[in-house]
Amino acid sequence: MTPSVLAGLVGATLVGLGLYGLILHPHPLRKLLAFNLMGSGVFLVFGIVARRGAAAGFRFDPVPQAMVITGIVVAFAASALAVALILRLSEESSRVTLDPEAWTKPDSGDAK
Amino acid sequence: MSLLPYLDIGLALLVVVVAVWTIAARDLFTSVVGYVAYGLLLAFVWIRLYAPDVALTEAAVGGGVTGVLLITAGKRLGARKNVAPEAQPGLAFRLLTGVLAALVAGALGAVILMLPDPPPSLAPEAAAAADGAGAGLGNPITAVLMSYRSFDTMLEKMVLILAVVGVWSVGTDKAWGGAPAPFRRPKPYAPMVFLAQMLAPVGVLIGIHIFWTGANAPGGAFQGGALLAAMWMVTMMARLAEPPRIDTQRLRLALVAGPAVFLIIGLAGKVVAGSFFAYPPALAKPIILFIEAFMLLSIAAALPMLVAGPPSERADQ
Amino acid sequence: MTAELGTATPGGYLLVLAILLPLAGIILSFTPGGRNAERAALCSTPFGFALACAIAFHVGQGGKPIVYAIGGLPPPLGIALRADGISAVMLIAAAAIVTAAAFYARTKFATPDGIRESRSALTFWILLQAIWAALIIIFVGGDLFNLYVALEILTFAAVPLVCIDGRAETLAAALRYLLFALFGSISYLLGVALFYGAHGTLDISLLAQRVQATPVVWTAAALMTAGLLAKTALFPVHLWLPPAHANAPAAASAVLSGLVVKGSFFLTLRLWFYVLPALPTDKIAAVLGWLGSAAVIMGSIVALRQARLKLLIAYSTVAQIGYLFLVFPLAAGAHAWSAIGWSAGLMQVLAHAFAKAAMFFSAGLLAEALGHDQIARLGGAARALPLTFLSIALGGLSLIGLPPSGGFSAKWLMLQASIASGQWLWSLPILAGSLLAAGYVYRILAPALSDGEVSLELRPKRSHEMIALALTAIAIALGFAPQTFFDFLEIGHPVAAGPP
Repeated sequence: MTPSVLAGLVGATLVGLGLYGLILHPHPLRKLLAFNLMGSGVFLVFGIVARRGAAAGFRFDPVPQAMVITGIVVAFAASALAVALILRLSEESSRVTLDPEAWTKPDSGDAK
Repeated sequence: MSLLPYLDIGLALLVVVVAVWTIAARDLFTSVVGYVAYGLLLAFVWIRLYAPDVALTEAAVGGGVTGVLLITAGKRLGARKNVAPEAQPGLAFRLLTGVLAALVAGALGAVILMLPDPPPSLAPEAAAAADGAGAGLGNPITAVLMSYRSFDTMLEKMVLILAVVGVWSVGTDKAWGGAPAPFRRPKPYAPMVFLAQMLAPVGVLIGIHIFWTGANAPGGAFQGGALLAAMWMVTMMARLAEPPRIDTQRLRLALVAGPAVFLIIGLAGKVVAGSFFAYPPALAKPIILFIEAFMLLSIAAALPMLVAGPPSERADQ
Repeated sequence: MTAELGTATPGGYLLVLAILLPLAGIILSFTPGGRNAERAALCSTPFGFALACAIAFHVGQGGKPIVYAIGGLPPPLGIALRADGISAVMLIAAAAIVTAAAFYARTKFATPDGIRESRSALTFWILLQAIWAALIIIFVGGDLFNLYVALEILTFAAVPLVCIDGRAETLAAALRYLLFALFGSISYLLGVALFYGAHGTLDISLLAQRVQATPVVWTAAALMTAGLLAKTALFPVHLWLPPAHANAPAAASAVLSGLVVKGSFFLTLRLWFYVLPALPTDKIAAVLGWLGSAAVIMGSIVALRQARLKLLIAYSTVAQIGYLFLVFPLAAGAHAWSAIGWSAGLMQVLAHAFAKAAMFFSAGLLAEALGHDQIARLGGAARALPLTFLSIALGGLSLIGLPPSGGFSAKWLMLQASIASGQWLWSLPILAGSLLAAGYVYRILAPALSDGEVSLELRPKRSHEMIALALTAIAIALGFAPQTFFDFLEIGHPVAAGPP
């Protein structure tokens, strides 16, 4: 089993794991962690595509690798924004939750 | 080298196990620590995929800076005494989600095994363009980032600025213009101060070196910038420096330097080289390094500001 | 779309200028800060509008898309920008609505006197320009990864606008939006990885030539579509939209409902009609049509039950987005009726964008004037705020689909396409949606027109009311669009390879 195939399967597993955590965990910070896991799995898929693209004297295809570098920075920026929102939410209220029921006021009608 | 396949399998299993631990951990802090470990392990996987540039970026940004961000977040959240406990999802929901996740992972794995052979690749085109549009750069990834697909990179620098604006906007009106909260409690922690004093200068030199050699070897503005950012953060954690006020002109200039220079040179390309974001052939490599130098500054400024968070009234502690 | 991969066609450079203008505006807003943000945004709007018109002129004059290879390097190694009929029309619509939002927001988001820089002002003006820049890239981008970066810019710009007032409620709505949007982006990116792995390029026209009906391509398309649907808030992944759009400030809601969700929808169109027309897409088209129909019915029913005006309007967005997805079954393939379905879909995008923006502007004026947006307490408000309610009534006309209006044109064309194609089943949700929309528009107007007295806390500014009215007028005027308009929309629209 070549490293690329192995890494590809690891990437697929990470995407599944990350999706599981993103949907399941109620706490937004855990969802963010799961999203980062999923993101790194997606980057691994780019990585194996790059490795398989070895040709013309290169050991890899540089285009997908460049996309991964861009993607890692963008994912970090997204995490920073999410963290800022989470921290501010925890300062403004006692519950850090995405459950819409928590924000329904009695006279504002249905939240759904 | 018959040991290598076993090492690969071992590494793959380790990565998956740590990832599972991160998801399954009950405690928030534990899972954050797990994620940082996972990020560093992933760097090894990238090396095995012949991607040292990505390994550097993953270790520095994905593992390192993201780790600091998440640990700081976990600590600040943990410090709030008024957080109500979360309702745990029921078993049926867990099963359903598990099945969905397994299906997605399975389909993805199957499809990855079905990728075409011979695999399509742009490596031949990149090799052919290396002396032309590629400006004779020895590192093809830098050529992709700074020449062939420079538009993506320029847009990505704008993403960083917007993220900074977004993070700052979450602060209160009263605190606007001030500085973000300090990285640590007031009491200086001697080992941290020692580490900062020893490490920061060395780290800065290494960061600049990584940026400079990125033209012909693994490295570049992103990796170097992340290292410089880490050094600044270490200094702030040791309280040898404080997060700056967000309305200082120097900070704003540092943050926009990268995208602004990129934009101006991109526009000038139409006049000087016949097309937007094109470089005149003789000067391509120096121009690229010039742009990258400013990108280095912007990344080194933006990443710590993203971790520092919005301006806070606690800044004068 | 023919594979015109020369480096540039006449007018191609305009595409780059159109993108760089708001980006330059952001830099000029951020660095000096303070009131410069507002100045940069307001000053760039007429130029942006002019660029959009110039692009439309070139597309119409040439009768084919204009192309620009950035850096002079054509795909597959380089990135191309491509503007066809629908790009040009969306560019103009975006410029118009962003300009309207900018002028509407001048009072609320002006930096107060005596302060050099205000948080909400700087944030609003920078992020408004960022949304505009992202949309322009989405409308003219020709490379799937470039479009991913544009989607991220759009998300990062839209999310903080939702919670710009800092309340816990809006922070939670913004966080939910962010997490859905991030899931959407990462799913899209995974699809991109698979497309590259299968075909070695991410350029839309090159992919269209190379793509084949393999499991890899289907999986990639499914992943990208799932991500884009989450961002477009199509049922059943629409949960994030109502709290986010209802609680944002009015100018932001107008842009969010009118334009931001249309961005990811536009990319779904690009994927299915430009990258994948060679594939047998009829089953997927049917699935999207069913989800759209469910959105129309469910969104309208929930809208009927809302007590707050802005939440009602937000659920109306969920419903009207459903109509958009009927374009997939109704414009599929190379039949005579496909062009009708295509025109219908684009007309719905435009009519909804203008009508919804106007409704959110009006709701904002109402909320400021009355101090609340409870529908039950609107008794007699129409007499106090006649122009505002005129905008709501005319906008509602378009949402229901009554003639003469763009909404009517869109739904009429959809009915024509569904009957001509033998898929008459789609006419049921179209008609039901109109009935339900009439219901919720009536719910707003009936108490407002009844006898009653309201006390105004604030008189809305005449200029603001005129802005809302102008947008509704455009929504109505779209109903009179001549055939040349629909022919223009067909420029660059690829014809499918064969019968599905």
